[in-house]
Amino acid sequence: MNERVFIEPQPSAETEAFWHAAGEGRFLVKRCTACGKAHWYPRSHCPFCASADTVWEEASGEGVIYSYSVMRRAKPPYVMAYVTLAEGPTMMTNIVDCDPDGLSIGDAVTLRFVTTAEGAALPMFAPKAAAGVVDPAEERP
Amino acid sequence: MCRPMSRPALAYIVGAFEHPTRDAGDKTLAQLQADVALGALADAGLGKDDVDGFFCGPDAPGTGPLSIADYLNLDLRHVDTTNTSGSSYLLHVAHAAQAIAAGKCNVALITLAGRPRTEGRGKGGLVRRDDPNQPDFQWEQPFGMQILNMYGMTAMRHMHLYGTTSEQLAWIKVAASHHAQHNERAYARDVVTVEDVINSPMVADPLHRLDCCVVTDGGGALVVTRPEIARSLKRPLVKVIGTGERPQHQQGGYFEITQSGAAWSGKTAFEQAGVRPADIKYVSLYDSFTITVLLQLEDLGFCAKGEGGRFVMDGNLISGVGRLPFNTDGGGLCNNHPGNRGGMTKIIEAVRQVRGEAHPAVQVANCDLALANGIGGQLGVRHASGTLILERE
Ligand SMILES: [Zn+2]
Repeated sequence: MNERVFIEPQPSAETEAFWHAAGEGRFLVKRCTACGKAHWYPRSHCPFCASADTVWEEASGEGVIYSYSVMRRAKPPYVMAYVTLAEGPTMMTNIVDCDPDGLSIGDAVTLRFVTTAEGAALPMFAPKAAAGVVDPAEERP
Repeated sequence: MCRPMSRPALAYIVGAFEHPTRDAGDKTLAQLQADVALGALADAGLGKDDVDGFFCGPDAPGTGPLSIADYLNLDLRHVDTTNTSGSSYLLHVAHAAQAIAAGKCNVALITLAGRPRTEGRGKGGLVRRDDPNQPDFQWEQPFGMQILNMYGMTAMRHMHLYGTTSEQLAWIKVAASHHAQHNERAYARDVVTVEDVINSPMVADPLHRLDCCVVTDGGGALVVTRPEIARSLKRPLVKVIGTGERPQHQQGGYFEITQSGAAWSGKTAFEQAGVRPADIKYVSLYDSFTITVLLQLEDLGFCAKGEGGRFVMDGNLISGVGRLPFNTDGGGLCNNHPGNRGGMTKIIEAVRQVRGEAHPAVQVANCDLALANGIGGQLGVRHASGTLILERE
């Protein structure tokens, strides 16, 4: 199977902190301190109350699949998805380390950073069952 | 119908022209623009020197409307380049009507031309804009966001929430193909079955290849004018009686992708027109994918939310068979989706129906009220819905 080639994210002054933290394995979301609501994608002004008092906070990395679609003819195929974060907002991402035919909307997923050719860490998600507990039966050769 | 007689006439569509080509390797974009512009003006019985308002999208090459105005040597006093992707042209008709009512122009020309087949931009409908200034770029492009998977996710969630099936979506393509068989210019004229659709290759779950529109070169144009001029021409009178528009997006991360902007643009247009969905005799619905049609049927109020799958079954969208004939030219699914922008052809077929000039095999009897709707951009992430309600006078 071909190695997947990602478009590089190209961080901006507005988002540099996010990609820097991601490189260190920390997943950040933006929260507004004026209205208290987290939003996605991250931006400097709150999309709800328009306050500029938005701060980065480390997110739990937990979420559920909002919807997904398997890109069958991509080489290699990949699973495009929206995941609703425990913090509230729904973000565009991919589901990785999974059986694409075994996914369902509502499935619990957990964060899994995937690194691009140039070293950017993309926040993606894996099914919780597969990501956390490894079935000992499957460990045997 | 029982409606107040005082409802003002907004404007009239007096010219409509669909370019006959589906593969325009031998023509430049400017030539296609000229072909459709002069075709629509000839249809209206007007000439290029009658035009004082010009409306186009970013498909027009060059600097906004200036390059084409220069090429055609138009003498203008009003221009508009509203861009909501494929739905732009529905908004252009609405904005032309507003400009005419405000006295800013008398004869508005609206054009579309594109060559995605020739230029090779058709395969997969790849959305890849390498502009990192686009605020969403870094949150979407690295993840492989494409038109196909945005519509795939929309369909997947509709199936999850409402139990919609692939067979139900397939009925939309089946109905379009029944119409396309009568259109000698249609890109795909073969009548297909539900089985043909669901047995075609899966491209982005749960959408199959035959759930997707065709990729064609070509274009179209419209002429919109004020009542006095419309009545002086020799064409059937097609009045624009209601318009609506609605951009819809991710709303800071709290959204429902199975709800399209048509819920808002439709409501605005129906209220302005003073008619109800049950009054509509024919609909042109944007059909980039089968799921696009399904959401518009629900969100425009032709059936309840979640009932779209049951509504489209058993040929209910086929002219002469079902309750709500749609896209009688074969639509974007079979006939033509010029420049990857289906809004123009939606309006043109609605005008044909209201004039009584559709193909006799698909012409809706006494079609005095029609609706055209466009969804530009992508369902599932960012799009704009534009609605027009047209009445024969
Ligand atoms: Zn806020």
